[in-house]
Amino acid sequence: MSGKTRTIEVDTLARVEGEGALTLRIHGERLLSAEFRIYEPPRFFEAFLRGRDFREAPDVTARICGICPIAYMLGASQAMEMACGVHVDGTLRELRRLIYCGEWIESHVLHMFLLHLPDFLGVPDAVALAATHGELVKAALRVKKLGNEIMRVVGGREIHPVNLRVGGFYRAPGRTALRALLPEIDWSLGAMRDALDRLAGLDFPDFNTDYEFVSLRHADEYPITEGRLLSSKGVDLPVAGGYDELLTETHVRHSTALQSRRSDSGTPVHFGPLARVNLNRDRLPGELAELAERVGLGEMCGNPFKAILARGIEVLYALQEAARLIEHYREPEAAALDVTPRAGTGYGATEAPRGICYHRYTIDAAGLIEDAKIVAPTSVNQRQIEADLFHFAEVRLDQDDDTLRHGCEQLIRNYDPCISCSTHFLDLRRVRL
Amino acid sequence: MSKKHLDAPRKPRLAVFKFASCDGCQLSLLDCEDELLAVADAVDIAYFPEATSTMQPGPYELVLVEGSITTPHDRQRIQQIRRQARVLVTIGACATSGGIQALRNFRDVAEFARIVYARPEYIDTLATSTAIAAHVRVDYELRGCPIDKQQLLGTLAALLHGRRPPLPRYSVCEECKRLGHVCVMVAHGTPCLGPVTQAGCGALCPGCSRGCYGCFGPKEEPNTAALSAQLATLGVDAAARTRLYHTFNAGADAFRKAGEA
Repeated sequence: MSGKTRTIEVDTLARVEGEGALTLRIHGERLLSAEFRIYEPPRFFEAFLRGRDFREAPDVTARICGICPIAYMLGASQAMEMACGVHVDGTLRELRRLIYCGEWIESHVLHMFLLHLPDFLGVPDAVALAATHGELVKAALRVKKLGNEIMRVVGGREIHPVNLRVGGFYRAPGRTALRALLPEIDWSLGAMRDALDRLAGLDFPDFNTDYEFVSLRHADEYPITEGRLLSSKGVDLPVAGGYDELLTETHVRHSTALQSRRSDSGTPVHFGPLARVNLNRDRLPGELAELAERVGLGEMCGNPFKAILARGIEVLYALQEAARLIEHYREPEAAALDVTPRAGTGYGATEAPRGICYHRYTIDAAGLIEDAKIVAPTSVNQRQIEADLFHFAEVRLDQDDDTLRHGCEQLIRNYDPCISCSTHFLDLRRVRL
Repeated sequence: MSKKHLDAPRKPRLAVFKFASCDGCQLSLLDCEDELLAVADAVDIAYFPEATSTMQPGPYELVLVEGSITTPHDRQRIQQIRRQARVLVTIGACATSGGIQALRNFRDVAEFARIVYARPEYIDTLATSTAIAAHVRVDYELRGCPIDKQQLLGTLAALLHGRRPPLPRYSVCEECKRLGHVCVMVAHGTPCLGPVTQAGCGALCPGCSRGCYGCFGPKEEPNTAALSAQLATLGVDAAARTRLYHTFNAGADAFRKAGEA
């Protein structure tokens, strides 16, 4: 077959959030290129944030993504608080961590069982999966519902919650309403343990890469709402200043999302649950660290197909953490701290379900936004996904088109790409309005 | 709007299409955890890329459309989709008013894209973000940023039973009163778009002691002039009033005009 050129394309990637496509170009026995194309139309968030009040940023940026609004609301809030010299701590910080647990649970369970597991079992969707694995799908939907319920009780609404603000919350949730979630959390812990045991037995493709994993790293917590930037290749930087130093965004023709790479070496980095588990194993409760080991997430696991297991560990962690936070919860005296604007720049970075979500804002003395930079995890992973596609496909060119196409689609879904998020980011540092 | 419903002899075929959006409204369908399998039983999910890799060609009895029209390609795509759809329902603020990305409508986007992108020639975008109804006939509209999932389920159920979906046209104020919330504007002087915003969310924001931010868009014949006067007496200056109206439904006529007044 040498000399023959074939192109393998997927025009609409299924079971991902947003619109993306895949193209492999093959000549003879050589892979010429692997492109992960993002064609979601740009929405210019960072542009229209200019001139808006700093207090509007959480609600506005939530609309970047319906699947992980908390990552935006919280990153924006933290950045604004930093710019204004306010630090939110104590119960309000714990409530933020609690609602973030809810987001991890609903987003991870959605991806694991409704979007990703069908790949491993060779079915088109969760509805087909329900025909053969009815109890598993029903259990997953119940755990997912609990995640959304945490979002609703703390945030007032599952998608685009209304109760979060710069400085804290509009109204602190009642202790009784939160404690009412405990029995369902307990049930979910059991259900997810069983489910994870079954997932550990899946057939994972043999594909390992020496990634540079990057995640947040906190002094004593598993990273969700804050931390330093840590990489598996020795980076250890504060988010403020460090993020912009570490990663640079570039604009390529086949994507409406800017791609990120390391500023110094030009190499891609890997964000997300696998990075977090690999870099923060010692921040997991001992029993979950052991479970991670037992299900197949050995030290520095470089098999992206096993991200489904890392998500499972993180769902268990988020459930335990939610229970702990609820048990300790006492209604705060004030639902929010006062935040008075002052001219300055603030930074915020949290661990969205798909990896670090970065915010940087500059505001004027009246609190109007002068400049905004927001980087979604999928836009960072984009380059890593393309590198993976190339390495995965180049040794599988003997496969027929359908098999290879399916393998590549699954590879992309390992990252739970949130394409809607990733395309709304423009590097406005170059803008002079 | 027409009084169309689904009286197909076989399972109606459902398709979900996405334009410029955050995916939150179609996610609302997947967030119906208790009803999802029942919905999948009642309809044939023929095209819903976010949920399934099965992609069947049209025509479809019921089409849900999320997102706004922002590119030349999408402007054509919605025409093709309309031809494939017996009943077309738009879901969410992007589809019903252009969404938050309609804030571009108030700026010179052509110039803007040239400045913003390192390689503007890669970008193909329209100057405006517009509602689906500005391009094709729409049978029913579900408002909200995001939509309310009970409203979505109620609409699906009504259409499946040949009834007209029960969608309110009154204001958030009425929901607030019914729920017994204290009026945040009267009691606390908090600016609130409730009097001019269509009901459907369950008065969530006043329920959290904050003002409504209008994510369900304008109600029928809203008195924005009266509200703007009230906001002014509360100390909300003209620029802040514009921002209030021009957020998630800036492209909806009544809010666009109120923000420009």
